[in-house]
Parts: sequence; structure tokens; C-alpha cells
Amino acid sequence: MSGILNSSIGRKFAMALSALFLMFFLLQHFAINILSVFSPETFNSTSHFMGTFPLVQYVLQPVLIFGVIFHFVMGFVLEIRNNKAREVSYAKNNGGANSTWMSRNMIWSGLAILAFICLHFYDFWFPEINTKFIQGDMTGLIDPNNADSGFRYFEELQHKFESHVRTIIYVIAFVLLALHLLHGFNSAFQSVGANNKYTKGLKNFGKLYAIIIPLGFIFIAIFHHLKHVLS
Amino acid sequence: MNLTLKIWRQKNASDKGKLVDYKISDVSPDMSFLEMLDVLNEQLINEGDEPVAFDHDCREGICGMCSLYINGEAHGPDRGVTTCQLHMRMFKDGDTIFIEPFRAKAFPVVKDLVVDRSSFDRIQHAGGFISVNTSGNTIDANAIPVNKADADKAFEAATCIGCGACVATCKNSSAMLFVGAKVSQFALLPQGKVEATDRVLNMVRQMDEEGFGNCTNTGACEVECPKGISLENIARMNREYLKASLKG
Ligand code: HEM
Ligand code: SF4
Ligand code: FES
Repeated sequence: MSGILNSSIGRKFAMALSALFLMFFLLQHFAINILSVFSPETFNSTSHFMGTFPLVQYVLQPVLIFGVIFHFVMGFVLEIRNNKAREVSYAKNNGGANSTWMSRNMIWSGLAILAFICLHFYDFWFPEINTKFIQGDMTGLIDPNNADSGFRYFEELQHKFESHVRTIIYVIAFVLLALHLLHGFNSAFQSVGANNKYTKGLKNFGKLYAIIIPLGFIFIAIFHHLKHVLS
Repeated sequence: MNLTLKIWRQKNASDKGKLVDYKISDVSPDMSFLEMLDVLNEQLINEGDEPVAFDHDCREGICGMCSLYINGEAHGPDRGVTTCQLHMRMFKDGDTIFIEPFRAKAFPVVKDLVVDRSSFDRIQHAGGFISVNTSGNTIDANAIPVNKADADKAFEAATCIGCGACVATCKNSSAMLFVGAKVSQFALLPQGKVEATDRVLNMVRQMDEEGFGNCTNTGACEVECPKGISLENIARMNREYLKASLKG
């Protein structure tokens, strides 16, 4: 078992595990966000639960942050090592003849997602941490001194999507996430050694996942934006 | 037909090398790609130029010696063939054809289009065999019954001719299709299971040491492989490796 991360296959395996974890997280994140479209109250109470429940805050959240960092750092490491494995490049290379654009550009879709994650943290995570741990307000209320003011989460979300620019950036980022996952979903299964009679079905499911989930996030962003524009 | 060839010329391993343009006329569509190069070389020799060095041996798609990256694809634009089986009818009159060596750090150029693929041999030496005593009392291979489905898969893996097209094609210069085939060929058979743990660990270690890149599952190797070796073999190698790492 020792030194498995020093081997090519070991690194691949770790990369796939972090990716599988991220894809599971994405599903859960989507399930909560879509509530904001159907029921602001449920969205608020679920957000409050996720934002204050110790298991989520002190165990799952650090695991997630580690997972994200591990994933993109390992992505960079693999990219750099792989580029070194060919010192002189081809004068003419017809990559489109044998592989998909998505599979050849994971680093670029990944970098775009990373830039998006930075914006996303600036938008939501840092303000959360500031409110909860620096100002010490764990109430989740719009006005912490007024128990009747209601939860703040839905209001904060709506406020963010008032901006055209932010909405457009979110849409673009999720298109790139879809491209990342169109290759990544199945790639992760292949990396952990799963290629068998279920692979064909899984491939189709992966395509659905890679398109529907990002499309759902895009829907949520546009929904809140339009609601603001039209009101 | 008349063609313009852009061929990689490099005097030796330390020379920088460059693409050189050549014109060739009256190429028959029935020629193989290597025959076309033979004609070019005759022309060069007659003109007092140095002929283009390229690898070849069987010229019938079984030895894996011919290589060449033709118009951006290993073994050219046809599927399921080696360069010796590639015909000029795949090209049109007036075409410009790029001809480059297989490129990978682990396949250094020796001269022109000839590359050193002995890194594959060293991977094979690290575990691509089974240890049986063949001195006098050889055991009949058929004495051990083998499940037909496994035998078929092992046979398919064994059709790998070690040409290196998978490495040349891969954006990461990964050798995992080759090593996956060599690992699978034995891992599927009872004769190979005895040394399975050491085999996969040693072959992968050697592969990494040779400086091949890491598979990112683009699948380009499977498309360009002249023998249609499947990605399933890489997945099997990954499984074998993870299993072996847990044991060893
Ligand atoms: C933070 C920015 C990100 C970067 C820089 C990044 C980069 C990469 C790179 C370079 C790869 C290819 C490596 C390989 O196949 O060996 C990859 C694979 C993958 N990524 Fe990302 N990624 C990012 C975020 C994400 C996110 C948020 C998800 C999912 C929600 C994700 C899912 C995947 C999947 C499923 C794979 C395939 C894993 C495999 O082949 O084993 N990535 N990523
Ligand atoms: S796997 Fe295919 S492409 Fe790679 S060395 Fe074997 S025969 Fe050649
Ligand atoms: S020369 Fe033997 S395979 Fe082409």
C-alpha cells in the first residue's frame, strides 16, 4: 500500500476518488438549491440546517474543501507530468480524429471551474464565515435581534442574482462544468478499474448527469435573475 | 498522383532536427505507404542525398516495427492498420503529407523517423512473462482448462504487437494500453495468476521509470491501435494494480 501516490495508477485512482466525491457533493448541492425555486421556506430551513449542523460544518465541509484542493492540485500535477512525457511536440496533430475535445481539455475546463469556485467563495462562503464565526451570529436571521425577521439565506441568494454579469458568469461556468463532466464522469469509473457490462449504461447515465445537473444550476441562476428583472 | 511530403529529418539523437519538404510524383494508389517512401529514397539516393531512415520489418502488419506519425495520426488516417498496411489510396493527388517520428520522451529519436522503443522491452522484462521450467519436462499448456470467455479475452490482449502507436497518439504519451494488454494477457489465465501480484507492480513501476505519462482516459489509443486493443485492458490493469498494492 505504501507509496501508492507515487505511482501513475495510484495518482489516477486518487484523482478519480476525489472526483467521484465532488460529483456526489454537486448532486447534493443541486438538490438544496433547486428548493429555492419551489419553496423559499424549505430552502431557508435546509440551508440553516446545513450551515449550523456540526457534522456538516466541522466534518463534511473540511472534507469537501480538502477534496476540491486535492482534486485541482493533483490535476495540475498530472498535467505538468504528462506534458513532460513528450518533450518535442508534433508539427501536425489531429487529436479530433481519435478523442473528444472535452477529454483533451480537462485542464482548461478545470481552470475555468477553479476561477468560478473563487468567485463562488467570495459570493457566499466568505460572507457566511464572516457572519457566523467572526461576527458570531449563528441565528441565520436577517436581523439577529429580531426573531420574526426570518432566515436570511433566500434573500442573500436573490440579491446575488440581481447582477447581469454574475448571472452570465455563472451560466458560462456551468457550461464548462458540463464539458468537464461529459468526459470526467466515465473517466472516473475507468480509473478505478470499472469497465464491464454495465459500462455502456453508465456512460449514458454519465452523459445525462453531466448535462442535467449543470443545466439545473443554470436554470436556478436564470430563474432568480429573471424574477428580479421582471419584478 | 503527385504529393508534397514534409518529413522530419534528424541526423542523430543529439541533432535538433527539422521538417524538410520533398516532392514526389507518379505515386500509385496501390502502393503501401512504405513503398512510397522506398521510391522517395531511391530518388534521394540517385540525387546523391541521404535517404530517409524509417523502421520496418515484416511489412504485413504483424511485427509492430513500422511506426510514423502521418498527418497527425499514428499509422496515418486509416483504422486498424499499421503503416506498412496503409495504402496511398487513402490520399489524394496534390496532398501535403506530414511524416513525423512517434514522439515521447520514452521513445527518443535515433535518426530521422527511427525511434528507440526499447523502453517497451524493459517493461516486458520487468514482468511480461510466466516462469515455467521448459528444460525437458515442459507441461502441456492444454492440461489446465481455461474458461472460453477468458481465453478469448487473453488472446485479444495478446494480439498487441508492441508498436507504440498508443504512446505516440496519447496526448500524455501514456503506455497504459500496451502495459494493460501485456498485464491482461496473463492475468486472465491460470498460468499467469501465480505471479500476478509481482507482475503488475513491477511492470507499472518500470513504465513509470521510463518516463511515460499518465492515462487520462481520452481513448485515443484504442482508436489508433492497429490491433483494436480495448480500454477494458487498462481498467483490468488498474484493478490488478490496486489489488496488488493492497496485498504487497
Ligand atoms: C477546481 C477546479 C478543477 C480543476 C482544476 C480540475 C481539473 C481536472 C483535471 C486536469 C482532470 C483530468 C485529470 C485526469 O483525468 O487524470 C480532472 C478530472 C476530473 N474532474 Fe476535475 N477539476 C476541477 C473541478 C472539478 C469539479 C468541481 C468536479 C465535479 C463536480 C470535477 C470532476 C472531475 C471528474 C469526474 C474527473 C475525472 C476523474 C478521472 O478521470 O479519474 N472536477 N479534473
Ligand atoms: S496496444 Fe495497440 S497501439 Fe499499443 S503497442 Fe499494442 S498494438 Fe501497438
Ligand atoms: S513492418 Fe511489421 S507491422 Fe509494419
